[in-house]
Amino acid sequence: MKVPITWLREYVNVDISIPELAHRLTLAGLEVEEIHYVGLPVPEDEQNGQGEHRPETKITGFSWDPEKIVVGAVREVMPHPNADRLVLCRLDDGEEEHTVLTGAPNLFPYLEDDELDPPLKVAYAREGATIIDAYSESKETEFTSIRRKKIRGVESYSMACSEKELGISDEHEGVIILDGDAPIGMPLSDYMGDAVLDIAITPNIARAASVLGVAREVAAVTDADLKYPSLDVKAEGPSIEGQVQIEITDPELNPRFVLGLIRDVERVPSPYWVQRRLRLAGIRPIDSVVDATNYTMLEIGEPLHAFDFDVLQERAEGETPTIITRTAEPGETLTTLDDVKRELDEFTELVTDTAGPLSIAGVMGGAESEVGEGTEDILLEGAAWNFINIHKTANAQNLSSEASYRFERGVHPELAPQGVLRCLEWMQKWTGGTVAEGLMDEYPLPPDDPIVFLSAAEVKRWLGMELSLQEIKELLERLEFEVQIDEEQIRAKTPPHRLDIGEGVVGKADLLEEIARVYGYDKIPETHLADELPPQRGNPMLEVEERVRDILLGLGLREVVTYRITSPEAEARCYPPGAKPEEDTYVSLQNPITKDRTVMRKRLLASVLEIVENNYRVRQRIPLFEIGPEFHPRPKDDSLPEENAWLVIAITGPRTPQAWQGSDTEAVDFFDLKGIIEELFQRLHIGELGFEKSQREAYHPGKCARVLVGKREVGVFGEIHPLVSDQYEFPETPVIAAEFALEPLVDHVSKRYNVEPIPEQPPVLEDLAIVVGEEVPAVEVADLIRQTAGEILTEIRLFDVYRGAQIGENEKSLAYNLVYQHPERTLTDEEVRKIRESILYRLDKELDAHLRE
Amino acid sequence: MREELQKIKEKALQALEEVEDEEALEAWQVSHMGRNSPLMNVFKTLGDLPEEERPLVGRQANEVKGALQKALEKKEKVLHQTQIRLSLQEERIDVTLPGRPKISGNLHPTTRTLREIYRIFGDMGFQIYRSREVETDEMNFQMLNFPPHHPAREMQDTFFVDGERDRGENPLLLRTHTSPGQIHAMWEYSSTNPADPPPLRIIVPGMCYRYEQISARSEIQFNQVEGLAVGKEITFGDLKGTLSDFARRLFGQGVGTRFRADHFPFTEPSAEMDIECFLCEGEGCTVCKGTGWLEILGCGMVHPTVLENGGYDPERYTGFAFGMGPERITMLRHRIEDIRYFWANDLRFLEQF
Repeated sequence: MKVPITWLREYVNVDISIPELAHRLTLAGLEVEEIHYVGLPVPEDEQNGQGEHRPETKITGFSWDPEKIVVGAVREVMPHPNADRLVLCRLDDGEEEHTVLTGAPNLFPYLEDDELDPPLKVAYAREGATIIDAYSESKETEFTSIRRKKIRGVESYSMACSEKELGISDEHEGVIILDGDAPIGMPLSDYMGDAVLDIAITPNIARAASVLGVAREVAAVTDADLKYPSLDVKAEGPSIEGQVQIEITDPELNPRFVLGLIRDVERVPSPYWVQRRLRLAGIRPIDSVVDATNYTMLEIGEPLHAFDFDVLQERAEGETPTIITRTAEPGETLTTLDDVKRELDEFTELVTDTAGPLSIAGVMGGAESEVGEGTEDILLEGAAWNFINIHKTANAQNLSSEASYRFERGVHPELAPQGVLRCLEWMQKWTGGTVAEGLMDEYPLPPDDPIVFLSAAEVKRWLGMELSLQEIKELLERLEFEVQIDEEQIRAKTPPHRLDIGEGVVGKADLLEEIARVYGYDKIPETHLADELPPQRGNPMLEVEERVRDILLGLGLREVVTYRITSPEAEARCYPPGAKPEEDTYVSLQNPITKDRTVMRKRLLASVLEIVENNYRVRQRIPLFEIGPEFHPRPKDDSLPEENAWLVIAITGPRTPQAWQGSDTEAVDFFDLKGIIEELFQRLHIGELGFEKSQREAYHPGKCARVLVGKREVGVFGEIHPLVSDQYEFPETPVIAAEFALEPLVDHVSKRYNVEPIPEQPPVLEDLAIVVGEEVPAVEVADLIRQTAGEILTEIRLFDVYRGAQIGENEKSLAYNLVYQHPERTLTDEEVRKIRESILYRLDKELDAHLRE
Repeated sequence: MREELQKIKEKALQALEEVEDEEALEAWQVSHMGRNSPLMNVFKTLGDLPEEERPLVGRQANEVKGALQKALEKKEKVLHQTQIRLSLQEERIDVTLPGRPKISGNLHPTTRTLREIYRIFGDMGFQIYRSREVETDEMNFQMLNFPPHHPAREMQDTFFVDGERDRGENPLLLRTHTSPGQIHAMWEYSSTNPADPPPLRIIVPGMCYRYEQISARSEIQFNQVEGLAVGKEITFGDLKGTLSDFARRLFGQGVGTRFRADHFPFTEPSAEMDIECFLCEGEGCTVCKGTGWLEILGCGMVHPTVLENGGYDPERYTGFAFGMGPERITMLRHRIEDIRYFWANDLRFLEQF
């Protein structure tokens, strides 16, 4: 909502600076996003410390030099001796007469006249004045200073300005022609300098979507008086009574409907000050009739609709026109004044007559009954509509107008007659029409303006500060509540211009907000929570997730967070061609915003592989992990989907970055990731970790394992299937990935594990190289060694795997470091020899393995 | 004999002075302490001395031997140290060569910010509570005082989820904010003692979704951290104090805050908390759009209808709630100008944290 300060000042005295006003309004919930100066002095001083606050609002625009930009009077328009497209004006600036050159088309019509009487008032910029450079092609506003120069042989040193040159609008077709009463020689900034507050109106402050509404808030927060606009229009025509009738079908949808009538209007341009205000407020002036409805809507907040009364009379075919409000009938259509033929929903509220729909109530008028060129008599509608229904309608029609903007946020029915009366007065003044006596006013459903009770104790309980009942009363009265003190509490009646105050305890909260706003949020003291400390429950699942993150980043992995909205096609890429299950159901969006984000992901792996793909051009080493949910629908009962947290790891590229000292730049493989997994589980103190060869669609059939804790599978990992990799733009190096469901893992994480004492005796170290058949898994050799040696063997580590000429074909040599350690005493060589012998004996017997020679 | 021993000692020590390397020291040892050295000869000839002189000369000879031994060890040490010092002169490196790369991993920037938020609110007794991302209209809107078709919903463009069954006014959707967590938590807590529910203080972190064009400024998914404190003595003053404390801990003790009225259907009074722009220190810059203030979070006293929906009697309980965006906070702190960086996960971005 753009509010010119001069307009605002008609309803409230503002005795603080404009930036200070913006500050107060912002704190009170009417956020001033920008102050745009249009002529009034930009307060440099106030910004630099003199004011109470530093600048808190974006300030734009410029001020007009009072010495150099003044009201001028064009007394004669003369042809230019050497140019058809230019004219010369004899202009009086209050001090002397000047000859001013211009190409403004709106002065050409005056070439015919000799002496202009009365003269044309224009915005005159003297030599040296700074104005906006209207010919600059830059997007930023650029300024220019008026200099003396010769144009086609005539000297020019000053000019008459367009609106664009003064920053009022983008209008540059002609020069501004001011209203006739503008005093010659007066500084233009005094005559019509302005500053526009651009205020963001939240839905609960919809009552302030008008200049009067903002003025009311200004009055409240600055404790000033509000001046009401006059509503006593002089009716000179015969009464409206009997000329038109109203029928309201559903008062819930249309609580009030008011009509006024004005005849013999002349559609002339509005006075310049009206056009200027409309432009500053962001509305294009049309003519005096349309401008009057828009001006009144901006002023009071009541959207109005003007019908061509002649059209209505024709449609009534000799009967008295009857306005009927009702919802649309099946199949009914209406061509609105934007020339769109609209199909109407069964809930669309219409203003109709006996011949059919006239307008979509509260949203947009119909083309047929629109006021046009020849309109002489105008029937003016002011009404109240159900805000939810208007919202639904505007959404369904995808149609937003100044009217629907206000009606869908709620306009109090009391505003309807006020708007009609005010608008008739403006039309009378600007169009010369004759206003019919009286209004037609159907008001079947006046709203209850709630009465709310509130005690000082309740104010303290919510806001944490002491206010007396008298103080509470005064604060609410500033917003025009009718307040009485009733022993221990106040009784506040909601003023008849707002619909946002509820009943009972909700009403109390509504009032508390108003009290806090008017009192000032900034003045409410900050305190610390004194309430009882609630039970401290922690969040075990999150704690494990965080632990996993810490361990993995210690292992050199980088965390990613990916889009959870994906597409089935994107997920299909992590299956080899043809392997993805056919009837695959997803949590899918009804209204996706792009084609590639249509469903909630079901496979975190696919999301992470996309990140590998996105990075392979910029990095060779890609070590990633993500913890996040997968979404699985439960279509049978159509209930909420399962959302389970998963951990996915993906690594590829050289083991360590290339460096000048030499480094291990071999590509990472299955065992790099296995090492990460082993370390992860060890640090989580999950015991009984096991690995088993496995086959999964996404993985290389020979390089895939499932991860077990005891007998329970908790995850799977391996090299990504080459046919899957084919579907991504991957690096040459294999991508190794792992997937774990996190929730099952949490059950196994142990917080209370035992720490072994450090032995005092020295250990015995021994290396054993065992030759065994290729088909025997390494884990069986190690398990057998461990079993045979018993607790004396405290460590076993495989340090070499050899295949080759020194041993038989289809054989491998596994070399282990063994550490023997007795908890209480030093082991003798003899004891160690015996253990070794039994190990070798069992290896030979059970696995056909022998010591490497 | 005694004089001779004295001479042997003096001569040996003098010779030792001149020794400058280990080789010479070895030679010195042979000639002054070796089998055929004068000193050893004294020992050999001890038997030839008269009986009464033997112990005296023997003791003196041992003293000389001890002294030489000591001097030898001292010399050895000196020579060893000298040799190390000399050898070090050869061992020079170019200290400006880069170090061997050691690469630790790191957290996603959002996780980092979330952890800071957890810690600060954790210190104030707020527990972390999480709730689901696919929600019902009832939980995401209706329970939070957004009736069906209410214009307030306009502020939160919503992704709806397809269902086989028409769920009427309660369709499934992707939550547009973490606020449904308020209802879930209040239900969970109040069900433990419906007549006199326990107080609660939680924060609800998690992913939210809005139907918006993806651009540098807006994303279809973003994290939010909701906060909720409900009890019998919780005031708007507490809200201001708690959130200002939070801002000072996150952004620095000197940072100023301001609260201005705003509107959310589920709180009343509602407010927006701004902090002084730390980029321009309040002077006004492009990030704070010339205002000197940065919008950090929305907050307010829990609306009575919401308290009631959660099982807390608004006549006896009050509460405050707030919501903030960790990505926005991260962007402000690190001057990130494109929110799409967060889910693009370009390593060139992630590596910088």
